[in-house]
Amino acid sequence: MTDTIGLVMIVAGLVFDVLGCLGLIRLPDVYNRLQASTKCVTLGTCSILIGTFFITGFTSTGFKALLAVFFLVLTSPVSAHAISRGAHKAGIKLWKGSTCDALEERNKEAQQ
Amino acid sequence: MKTVRWILGALVLLGILLVVILYATDVVFLPSGREHSGFFARALYIVILSALMVFFRILKGPTPADRIVGVDILGILVVGLCAILALATDRSWYLDIGIAWGLQSFIGTLALAKFMEGRTFDD
Repeated sequence: MTDTIGLVMIVAGLVFDVLGCLGLIRLPDVYNRLQASTKCVTLGTCSILIGTFFITGFTSTGFKALLAVFFLVLTSPVSAHAISRGAHKAGIKLWKGSTCDALEERNKEAQQ
Repeated sequence: MKTVRWILGALVLLGILLVVILYATDVVFLPSGREHSGFFARALYIVILSALMVFFRILKGPTPADRIVGVDILGILVVGLCAILALATDRSWYLDIGIAWGLQSFIGTLALAKFMEGRTFDD
């Protein structure tokens, strides 16, 4: 039973991985690519690791998988935020279809 | 023209996925007699296909930020690859490699992002 749950979670993780990498190719802009790929691939990899824990149970492999999930959830949003902030400060333009740029407006307000 | 290109790309991707799911049942260095070994071989091939898509973005990307996003995503994919390898060969030290690779990739991404921002490491 736990074997089946683990295999289903690994399949879901693979689907999320492929869709996240497809978004990295398909979308038009740095910020859109970051939005699609970072969230999708993090969720997919966490799902694969939790599936590993379900298959192996309370062994050393399972506990290492849970530790990897903890570190991944802790570090992945921080790196995504750092990349997007650095890209915005380096002056990379938004896509022409984007409607609002809140950080730019806030910088203008702070200058006045 | 854009629609034709989109449909062509979707057909190629679906074809490669179908070929992997139907025929790629064996990897050379994995032990073959174990339970679910065909499933783990297919999972390895699908993760490698995702990594090839990320390599396309790293090589082509018009701005430096695209390449940095690609390197970050590649580091997260390797952790999943290590988990599947640990399941397929029943050796737990593959996940040690995964944890270390994830933390090093995090530090490297932070350093690259700060370098792109145009500041030094002091402030």
